[in-house]
Amino acid sequence: MAQAAIVGSTEQYNYAIIRKFTVMALVWGVLGMSAGIYIAAELAWPFLNFDIPAITFGRLRPVHTTLVIFGFGGSALFATSYYVVQRTCQTRLYSDWMANFTFWGWQIAVGLGALSYMAGYTQAREYAEFEWPIDLLIAVTWVIYLLLFVQTLRRRSQPHIYVANWFYLAFILATAMLHIFNNLAVPVSLFSLKSYSLFAGVQDAMTQWWYGHNAVGFFLTAAFLGMMYYFVPKQAQRPVYSYRLSIVHFWSLSFLYMWVGGHHLHWTALPDWTSTLAATFSIMLLLPSWGGMINGIMTLSGAWEKLRTDPIMLFLITALSFYGMSTFEGPLMSLKSVNALSHYTDWTIGHVHSGALGWVAMVTFGSFYHLIPRLYDTRIYSIRLIYVHFWLATVGILLYITAMWVAGIFQGLMLRSFDEYGNLAYTFVETVAFLHEPYVVRAIGGLFFISGLLVMIYNVIMTVRRASSETAELEARLAAKMARAEGQA
Amino acid sequence: MIKHESIETNAGLLIALTLIVISIGGLVEIVPLFFINDTVEKVEGVRPYSALELRGRDIYQREGCYLCHSQMVRPFRDEMLRYGHYSLAAESKYDHPFQWGSKRTGPDLARVGGKYSNEWHVAHLVRPTAVVPQSVMPNYPWLLETELNYSDVQDRMRALKMTGVPYSETQQEYEANVTTFGADIAGRLDILRAEETLMQQALTYNYDGQRARITEMDALIAYLQVLGTMVDFSRYDEGYFTQFR
Repeated sequence: MAQAAIVGSTEQYNYAIIRKFTVMALVWGVLGMSAGIYIAAELAWPFLNFDIPAITFGRLRPVHTTLVIFGFGGSALFATSYYVVQRTCQTRLYSDWMANFTFWGWQIAVGLGALSYMAGYTQAREYAEFEWPIDLLIAVTWVIYLLLFVQTLRRRSQPHIYVANWFYLAFILATAMLHIFNNLAVPVSLFSLKSYSLFAGVQDAMTQWWYGHNAVGFFLTAAFLGMMYYFVPKQAQRPVYSYRLSIVHFWSLSFLYMWVGGHHLHWTALPDWTSTLAATFSIMLLLPSWGGMINGIMTLSGAWEKLRTDPIMLFLITALSFYGMSTFEGPLMSLKSVNALSHYTDWTIGHVHSGALGWVAMVTFGSFYHLIPRLYDTRIYSIRLIYVHFWLATVGILLYITAMWVAGIFQGLMLRSFDEYGNLAYTFVETVAFLHEPYVVRAIGGLFFISGLLVMIYNVIMTVRRASSETAELEARLAAKMARAEGQA
Repeated sequence: MIKHESIETNAGLLIALTLIVISIGGLVEIVPLFFINDTVEKVEGVRPYSALELRGRDIYQREGCYLCHSQMVRPFRDEMLRYGHYSLAAESKYDHPFQWGSKRTGPDLARVGGKYSNEWHVAHLVRPTAVVPQSVMPNYPWLLETELNYSDVQDRMRALKMTGVPYSETQQEYEANVTTFGADIAGRLDILRAEETLMQQALTYNYDGQRARITEMDALIAYLQVLGTMVDFSRYDEGYFTQFR
């Protein structure tokens, strides 16, 4: 074991790969959120489609979701999982070339995916839009990721595998399973990008939402809980609140999440038994979700004053609060009677974003503010700018989700209201007209959020520059000392 | 009693147990859908798409229509009044992939077939606000200008045949389709005559109003006009479908 570490490099940990993934997470974040704001604006002002096929809403929306989920979220997970597994196992990543392979494989897949949607190539299944050649690239990359992660775990110098790694491991395993089974398809020919899903209709729908909801469950939740389990205790400088709670909620979360996808298909042609089962498990899922939230927030117990003095802690704890809120909202929306109103409306879009912006992005930002100075062996450039970022992001999220509550709930109510003669009170297009103002507010919320991210990127650039000038200064001083020593000799 | 310590000190055991725990939900909820007969209703009329409709469906996917339009009418009073009879599982049994959607920025399209004229669809797709002033849908003028590429339509049908859609290649398969769907439709499901029947359908119905050529508009409207029209609901009692739910 020790040999491999020595052969690979003199460095104790592979930080280079983490730096690369961290930078790309920020790059995809800006691109993906810009695409999001643009399509939000297209719904408010449709002339923005400009009759250009590649940027119409239908083609740009998968670009947005792919870049933020897989580009931003995925790169952040690669970065933090490689950091956490090395630090908690006190060992270097098993292989540098495998790490680099996952980097290039993942970046190329995300980039090609976005370009192919704009060119009109898509599997037409949400969050699984990658066509088959890209799916194959992702599958290979993912298997290497799994091998690398497991081999690194196996050469840990600690007997115990730290809880954060359980979550990362479950995320890697589940994503492999979901990706493979959900993307079973028959290509039109070896030289055609187009393929047709192996399954049809009701079976295809259930497979897709088994995948779709667990993309949320494992990609956007379990993995980010792994991130939380390392960076929250680290930043708080306190141990995790409850070891027992982390065991209970890890196993129950992993078990329950896989059952709930059917709640995306309430009242459809999916058999009632399946959707009832999905709703039941969705309600149960509240418990392990809140188990994670409580375990994270209570880690700060006895050190609450850090919320006043440490903006990184503010990010992490706010992320956990949004996690708690959206995992309460989720089971609520999975009730058939609520779903009858909320489904197909912007309430769902708002719900996703309270999770994606409030939980996923906020916990990433907090973790990155902790991580980046350590990667470059320096301090953050400006604490004040972290506060600025925090408030821009929080105001942005609040504008976004309140606009979507208004949009979704009112559209749902309008669509089901009748006049005194029992006829429909509104035509569909009247609800579309009503949505204009919430759509404008939503776009403004997005602008707030991305401004925060741009502030962060400025802060990171200045931090890295200072780190390199510090190194340069150190080297210069060292060189001068050497020169003096030589002169004397 | 097994101690959790033995799991968290053994990577192999942790992987094995995690895999078991995350597999159960999918196994219980998805696998039976392939085997329980009542999952898809027994109903007549549902047929695979013709070559032209299939190409239209490809364009529907290419443009991401499914991101704003569902194809799934739910069993509610307002949806029945607005869209028609609730959707059956059988109606999407040849849909690879399904296009039920998850968001209605525009109205549901499961039963849009036959609701509007071809002329209306052309005007609407070229510039939606021309016929629905408050619409936020993008314009799709290129559909009317782009000639339909159907050079690989046979490959497309063959790929779908591999997934189980009953397109025919042999005489035997063709005859089976004649028995199931009637001679007229069986002809359109024949892969070997796909280009011919595609041209024939486009020229006969002239969906885009331009007789001289076959455009993507022809294909897309052919697809939209067949949506939700395959099942003749007047032939079934109202209670018939509930037994499958």
